[in-house]
Amino acid sequence: MHAKTIAEIAKDLRNKEYSSEEITQHYLDRIKRLDPTYNSYVTTTEELALEQARAADQRLAQGDNNPLCGVPIAHKDIFCTNGVRTSCGSKMLDNFVPPYDATIVENYKHAGAVTLGKVNMDEFAMGSSNETSYYGPVKNPWNTNCVPGGSSGGSAAAVAAQLAPAATASDTGGSIRQPASLCGLTGLKPTYGRVSRWGMIAFASSLDQAGPLTRTAEDAAIMLNTMASYDAKDSTSIDKEVPDYTATLNDDIAGMTVGIPKEYFGEGLNAETGARVEAAIEEYKKLGCNIKEISLPHTHLAVPAYYVIAPAECSANLSRFDGVRYGYRCETPADLNDLYKRSRGEAFGDEVKRRILVGTYALSAGYYDAYYRKAQQVRRLIKQDFVDAFNEVDIIMGPTATSPAFEFGSKGADPIAMYLEDIYTISTNLAGLPGLSIPCGLVDNKPVGLQMIGNYFAEGKLLNAAHKFQQSTDHHQATAPNLD
Amino acid sequence: MDRSEITRLAELARIEITDATIDEAASSITDVLKLVDQLQAADTEGVPPMAHPLDATQKLRADQVSEDNRREAFQAIAPATEDGLYLVPKVID
Repeated sequence: MHAKTIAEIAKDLRNKEYSSEEITQHYLDRIKRLDPTYNSYVTTTEELALEQARAADQRLAQGDNNPLCGVPIAHKDIFCTNGVRTSCGSKMLDNFVPPYDATIVENYKHAGAVTLGKVNMDEFAMGSSNETSYYGPVKNPWNTNCVPGGSSGGSAAAVAAQLAPAATASDTGGSIRQPASLCGLTGLKPTYGRVSRWGMIAFASSLDQAGPLTRTAEDAAIMLNTMASYDAKDSTSIDKEVPDYTATLNDDIAGMTVGIPKEYFGEGLNAETGARVEAAIEEYKKLGCNIKEISLPHTHLAVPAYYVIAPAECSANLSRFDGVRYGYRCETPADLNDLYKRSRGEAFGDEVKRRILVGTYALSAGYYDAYYRKAQQVRRLIKQDFVDAFNEVDIIMGPTATSPAFEFGSKGADPIAMYLEDIYTISTNLAGLPGLSIPCGLVDNKPVGLQMIGNYFAEGKLLNAAHKFQQSTDHHQATAPNLD
Repeated sequence: MDRSEITRLAELARIEITDATIDEAASSITDVLKLVDQLQAADTEGVPPMAHPLDATQKLRADQVSEDNRREAFQAIAPATEDGLYLVPKVID
């Protein structure tokens, strides 16, 4: 039961192979039994899940046709859930129980999906290995000595360990696609503005975007159909009709032009990872696509621009955590300033502090033009690279990450080495484009991902291209070894 | 980035940094600034800064009450409140 996709579960529920309550209980039992190994869940919501499952069973009995009705899923602990602790992986919010649901959480409730619990993540989504979580690192189900990627490492590990058929996630610089790559999953970061950010705890507001982590492109399409919506409560939400992403999965991709950016295959890319990605591109050739080398000449500036813009926005966003209205407060503060400083000093982890300080520096008097303004200018150059490329090609492909999953502690001491982990994914966030990662083979018995980047609002095309690949190959069916 | 600069930044950001961690913070933040200094080599003459990927502008809504007052729900999760107010250490003597 736990190896099934959302599409299969939807069918089984209607054929009465099992009820939503039964599959929900099955997953809850697995989480209890197996998750101590992976640490993918921060909170399980057993009572809520069973209650939602029973309600879904009633809806199914009345002929509900939403494919998510009765399907259990996990939410990244960055999405506010009414009455359920939402920690964002931080000591700061260890006691935070939001009095409202994020818009996407509400969307899934309306669809009849069942919430299994909240999954682990890097603190405030800052990290690429899940090592910065207050709740301890998440283990990669493929190799428990290795990281699952981050920041959505709990989402990815839960799906890869079959402790949920799908999970919600968020991506500011690669936090959906890189864990998808390292855990052998399909992960989609939609166009900026496609999915509401309301109730998603903000890291860098001009880059943050929610998306799904699933086993197949078909499931990602099902998840996105419900996740995407126009939301007046998010001022950057785009008022544009949400198409049925499942309707175009089987469109013919013959004749599609695929651009291969030469900058994504240079120094720093693990040779075997590059070989798997090239083999996947060969497969697209067989499917009738035209392959064309392109250039994205400002790629090398993406990581530097990101580490100005993201910290600057994070320093502003995280100023709300002040020990006054919610979250952690230090003991016996001497005065108001002491309350702020010690509450923040005691409850934020090292990486979060580092980024707040870098952002504070970049925005401080006299430095704004040299850092923030300059980075926003470079951001436009990076976007223009893509605009030019999409005049010539339909879709861009390359590696998602430089290598398969790395071992715990191997980059922990050097923040820059960790930052470079997102070298192929960050440009997409800076440009606001949709990006997707699908498994394309194994290196050292660990998965590697093929990344696809589409034009604005081309999620349907990305999912279509991914689905066609998954129809003609079986990389996405590979599961972690020794899985119980 | 030296110890005094880190101390000043930490004060601006209202984050207490313990004495034992100042040197580590100074060295890692210096590394980050070295990384971002690569931007200075980029020719951005005449390039307008990009604030939104789709160059969207801020939406406005009518100035009307649209949400219920949920003060009690919000104050229930606060560290300290009294009579509907948030409590902090004395600010004015």
